[in-house]
Amino acid sequence: MSENILSVKNLNMHYETISGNVAAVRNVSFDIKKGESFGLVGESGCGKTSVAMSLVQLQADNAVISEGSIKLDDKELIGLSESELRTVRWDGISIVFQGAMNAWNPVIKIGEQIREAIREHYPENTKAQNIEKITELFSMVGLDKNIMERFPHELSGGMKQRAVIALALSCDPKLVIADEPTTALDVVIQDQILNEIKKVQDLLGLSLIYISHDIAVIAEMTTNMAVMYAGSIVELGPTKEVFKNPKHAYTRLLLESTPSVVGSKKKLRSLDGEPPSLIGDIKGCTFSPRCPEPSDDCKNQTLEMELIEISDGHYADICCVNCK
Amino acid sequence: MKKNLIEVKNLEKYFEVSGGLFSRKKSIVKAVDNISFNIPFGESLGLVGQSGCGKTTTARALSLLDPKTKGEVRFYNNKTDSMESIDNLEGDELKEFRRSIQMIFQDPYESLNPRWTIKDIILEPLNIHNIGNLDDREEAVIEILKTVGLTPPENYLPRYPHELSGGQRQRVSIARTLIMKPKFVVCDEPTSMLDVSIRISIMDLMLKLAEDLEVSYLYITHDLAVARYMCNRIAVMFNGKIVELAETEELLSNPIHPYTKRLISSIPVPDPSYERIVYDINYDELDEIIAKHGTEESMVDVGNQHFIATHDVKGII
Repeated sequence: MSENILSVKNLNMHYETISGNVAAVRNVSFDIKKGESFGLVGESGCGKTSVAMSLVQLQADNAVISEGSIKLDDKELIGLSESELRTVRWDGISIVFQGAMNAWNPVIKIGEQIREAIREHYPENTKAQNIEKITELFSMVGLDKNIMERFPHELSGGMKQRAVIALALSCDPKLVIADEPTTALDVVIQDQILNEIKKVQDLLGLSLIYISHDIAVIAEMTTNMAVMYAGSIVELGPTKEVFKNPKHAYTRLLLESTPSVVGSKKKLRSLDGEPPSLIGDIKGCTFSPRCPEPSDDCKNQTLEMELIEISDGHYADICCVNCK
Repeated sequence: MKKNLIEVKNLEKYFEVSGGLFSRKKSIVKAVDNISFNIPFGESLGLVGQSGCGKTTTARALSLLDPKTKGEVRFYNNKTDSMESIDNLEGDELKEFRRSIQMIFQDPYESLNPRWTIKDIILEPLNIHNIGNLDDREEAVIEILKTVGLTPPENYLPRYPHELSGGQRQRVSIARTLIMKPKFVVCDEPTSMLDVSIRISIMDLMLKLAEDLEVSYLYITHDLAVARYMCNRIAVMFNGKIVELAETEELLSNPIHPYTKRLISSIPVPDPSYERIVYDINYDELDEIIAKHGTEESMVDVGNQHFIATHDVKGII
């Protein structure tokens, strides 16, 4: 029995498209301990959501996992049949999608939609039990129980997103993946939702994967984090350590491009250029074309990407570790 | 003291809302309720607040996109070197005003016509206002594409919006806006749809253009961290009213109104060892105080050109 709730090893996933295979996830490995919150940060298209989708095996039809293993509580998820996966989804891993608040069925009451999920996994529960369960979840995320009798259009964006979080928790999952749960919301509502997630996590001892492009949110929400660029993890480690001592040039740029209201006003750095195409052969450091200070190794792309350990639990791509 | 470019006085915008399909009862929503501010030449003012607080309504009312209910908006007229009310503008003067005030919208995916090439999109305002001959116009388009960093321009002219990334599209929006050589640009969350890395380059571009072309911005956002980067002064809006207005750093280091404090404390800080203390407020209480004292007209200077709404002086502080 390991203490890891989730262990991802060497995950490789590509999408088959007309113009060729797009290597969306390349050699991704990470572990998540019980009760840990793990952040996945990077810009659009870097593969964050592809990783999340692979974890629940909900990837698109043209996605192929060519290599790797995903173990939830020592149980391999890759290769499971659809009916076996149904038992893993929701009560093993549940996921709060980006913009999930718009995914409610508009003609069914909120409460009924959550009960439907619970019924699927706990058919023996009575309706009264389910309602009690939802009431409890609602109070956890700061919703009144009357919301159960409402239709989605009667709720504000923030309320819908809270209800989605309650839905994700409804089958007592071991691991919750939150994929940009606050992107469409304004700052005050975002702040409230983040607080609810933190509170629920403490209360239930949940393990959490938090996906965001906003490094400030990752700083607040997670204890460990991984920075993704062009389908691979380029830096991985305890959040405090990564912020204090960022090793990869991309991580440093992300940190320097985030405005803050605290501290003295600083000049922010912009990240020019665009991420590389992930079609075809990818060699060496993918970040070197955008890197402000690439070494010869980076420019010539002679070094294959490899995470090496710098300090306890803090890994970064070999290319950047050599640079500085 | 710099000259003012635009002066807004006691601006109000009310909407009538009917009580239902067969109901005759009508209620009034005060989307913008008696707000005043000035923007001097070359300065940018941030308008900050939560969704639905009236930021965009303010912008639309003062740029004559929607009629306002009450109040006065005065704009600098360089022919007479004086401030003139925009209500009385007619004919050529109105056209001139519309040229000097432009908007950049939030969503670069929806604000560009998908069936038009980049060239057509940027050319359109010149055609509408009938500026220069055809050759001049094309030259202006190429020039402005260079200014906003879409180079070489020839590569972009024949393309369609769907061929561009979000950041490039927003650059096209900015080009379309600036080709009119406006003096005043209203920016409605122009970077909220963009990735962090691209966001900074768009903001830097806008700051540089403001300096080079002497443009003033009214910058609408809900993110104070962004406003801090972009604006000289910030006005905090709550339920249709400006509750606090001050120089950016003064406002952030010395917030007085509870709502401003709440807003500042809700911004995540990119530092994991920073303990953010959330300043919670009771909105109902705040509403009550504002309702009770809300009819006051002016704002009070508490020093350093730092203004707060009078209801706060009476009710809270």
